[in-house]
Amino acid sequence: MTTLDSSKEIQKNNSEVNETHEDFRMFGLITFLIADGMTFAGFFAAYLTYKAVNPLPDGAIYELELPIPTLNTILLLVSSATFHKAGKALLKDKNSDSQKWLFFTAFLGIIFLICQLFEYFHLPFGLTDNLFASTFYALTGFHGLHVTLGTLMILIITWQSRINGGRLNSQNMFPLEAVELYWHFVDGIWVILFIILYLL
Amino acid sequence: MTISIDPQKTNNESLQPKGWLRYFSFSLDHKVIGIQYLVCGFLFYLIGGTLASAIRIELASPMSDFMPRDVYNQVLTLHGTIMIFLWIVPVVNGAFGNYLIPFYVGARDMAFPRLNAVAFWLIPPSGLMLVASYFVDGAAQAGWTAYPPLSITTPQSGQIIWILSVLLLGGSSIFGGINFIATIIKLRRPGLKLMQLPMYCWAMLGTSLLVVLSTPVLAGTLILLSFDIIAKTGFFNPVLGGNVVVYQHLFWFYSHPAVYIMVLPAFGLVSEILPVHARKPLFGYTTMVFSIMGIVVLGLVVWAHHMFTSGTPPWMRLFFTIATAFIAVPTGIKFFNWVATLWGGKISINSAMLFSCGFIINFVFGGITGVALAQVPFDIHVHDTYFVVAHFHYIVYGGTVFIIFSSIYHWFPKVAGKMLNEKLGILHFIITFIGFNLCFAPQHWLGLNGMPRRVAEYDPQFQFVNQISSLGALLMAMSTIPFLINVFLSVRNGKDAGDNPWNALTPEWLTSSPPPVENWEGEAPLVEEPYGYGKEFSEQK
Repeated sequence: MTTLDSSKEIQKNNSEVNETHEDFRMFGLITFLIADGMTFAGFFAAYLTYKAVNPLPDGAIYELELPIPTLNTILLLVSSATFHKAGKALLKDKNSDSQKWLFFTAFLGIIFLICQLFEYFHLPFGLTDNLFASTFYALTGFHGLHVTLGTLMILIITWQSRINGGRLNSQNMFPLEAVELYWHFVDGIWVILFIILYLL
Repeated sequence: MTISIDPQKTNNESLQPKGWLRYFSFSLDHKVIGIQYLVCGFLFYLIGGTLASAIRIELASPMSDFMPRDVYNQVLTLHGTIMIFLWIVPVVNGAFGNYLIPFYVGARDMAFPRLNAVAFWLIPPSGLMLVASYFVDGAAQAGWTAYPPLSITTPQSGQIIWILSVLLLGGSSIFGGINFIATIIKLRRPGLKLMQLPMYCWAMLGTSLLVVLSTPVLAGTLILLSFDIIAKTGFFNPVLGGNVVVYQHLFWFYSHPAVYIMVLPAFGLVSEILPVHARKPLFGYTTMVFSIMGIVVLGLVVWAHHMFTSGTPPWMRLFFTIATAFIAVPTGIKFFNWVATLWGGKISINSAMLFSCGFIINFVFGGITGVALAQVPFDIHVHDTYFVVAHFHYIVYGGTVFIIFSSIYHWFPKVAGKMLNEKLGILHFIITFIGFNLCFAPQHWLGLNGMPRRVAEYDPQFQFVNQISSLGALLMAMSTIPFLINVFLSVRNGKDAGDNPWNALTPEWLTSSPPPVENWEGEAPLVEEPYGYGKEFSEQK
């Protein structure tokens, strides 16, 4: 095959025909989430720099009410737990239990988004009022986009984990595990965002 | 959990079109995608090169007489964006990475073939969109850096199309990066250790890490910039209380690593080419690996050396100067290793070798001016002058583009099964090398004497040197002609290459030329010594 007599350098291992490989879909997803996290890191860095070096104009309102975001934090943390429950139920082949937990998780996600919108409508500042307002809406909006996508994906896997004809079962857990990891990621980002934006 | 490959399921290759039509399809074959990247990138290179010629024609005379000033700005912005995002990054990563990495790790395809095809097919539409923005309301005018407030005050539609296009290209780049990391780390053939991989794999691993860590920051920044343009927020607009320097920090957090994204794969490719044509093992494999990873780590913490005149505080200048100077260490190690690889080798003077040697010469020069530019007092003097233009063209053209041509001469026999014509190849090299140095070496002098970049008009005292530079640009434009003739003739009736015309040891040469759809007839060969040259001679004695 080759013009070079390379039998010494290249040992062909003919005995073992290896046509299987590790499942690296989760690895790819984690890499993607690192990339996604870097987008947030860029936003956080911009926000903190603005906070440090760009004084707001006199009379700018940048006080935030805490009750709604605290409720939202609790909602997301609970939804992470309920998602975990759904995974455990599916692992035990209890598809309908799993579906209930998933549906509840999606419900919590929707409540979160409604609360977020409620907060938006009752804030005393708009997108272009001042630098703080712009950064606030950009950060929470970008996070809200992630929650929206996550909720849609949860609804999709809820449909997919139906008992007859669904592709999700204890043998094929990957879609659920992937969305779960994504959901925990979005949750974790919210906790950082809550600390930086509301508490600091 | 392991996934077993069901032959009936994976043979959807049979559903893909055959022949040349497959290059226009959503093919999942990594070799087809690699060629798609290369040809698409080359077409954009021709567009970007035409724009570069237009710039040099304009600069042949001190007044703006060839085109209006705003058109000059658009041409310059499109030239930079096309060359970086549509030619160098896709070709040196996407094209060669897709073609070679699965061979090097002993796989039949990339880790995520569908994601791979998506990553490629994001490029043509976003590139066409970028070029077409010229005909909408004029293209973007703020340069490839799109610094606000300039990018906020220039006409909106062109800038917004520019942002959308760069976002899509960044997405494509991230998808590619994820794919390369997964392929190199997870898809290696059993028995193949990391430290046995050909150097290009390490270069692509480092590059992909940079892509995954830094490109999303650019995406976020551009989203904020588009808010500033469309919704009139004030993130980067000082009039509304914003901060332009934050944009520069975030932008260069991507765009300095982007230089390594453009140049590290070239380092990997030249490490593949030199040992084959010098018939010697690659010198210092382990130091090569560590210097690549060193460049990756340092490359993430040097971005503010682009901003010494942006009011950066002294401690920041000190830190970034030192960090930048440190990058010269791993880079220097690599250069010594390449020279040591050539030292005492049985060197064949062919087009691939000549372009690689041209790369070493040009890149050393660009590297030295790079270290000079990292020094604050000097940088403040030449900031935004033609010295900077000369420096980065020595890096990206004299460095990476030379290696792209070298790689085309090296791997064309594998891809097409035909040899390229050596005489035309050497002619191509001579014209390119002379043209390139004639074009960019005088620009160092222009910069040192204070000619600013990105301006259509200049002081008439610089006219003669600018004309020399334009003459060089003309030669560079002409150098494409023998190359295109060469490729055209060789694809039609070139000499048959055989499977391994260079007697190379890396895995891609151990299959037929062109390779079959899933790379190997049987099992993938285990190559433990990809650079074991010289042994064949000692054993023959």
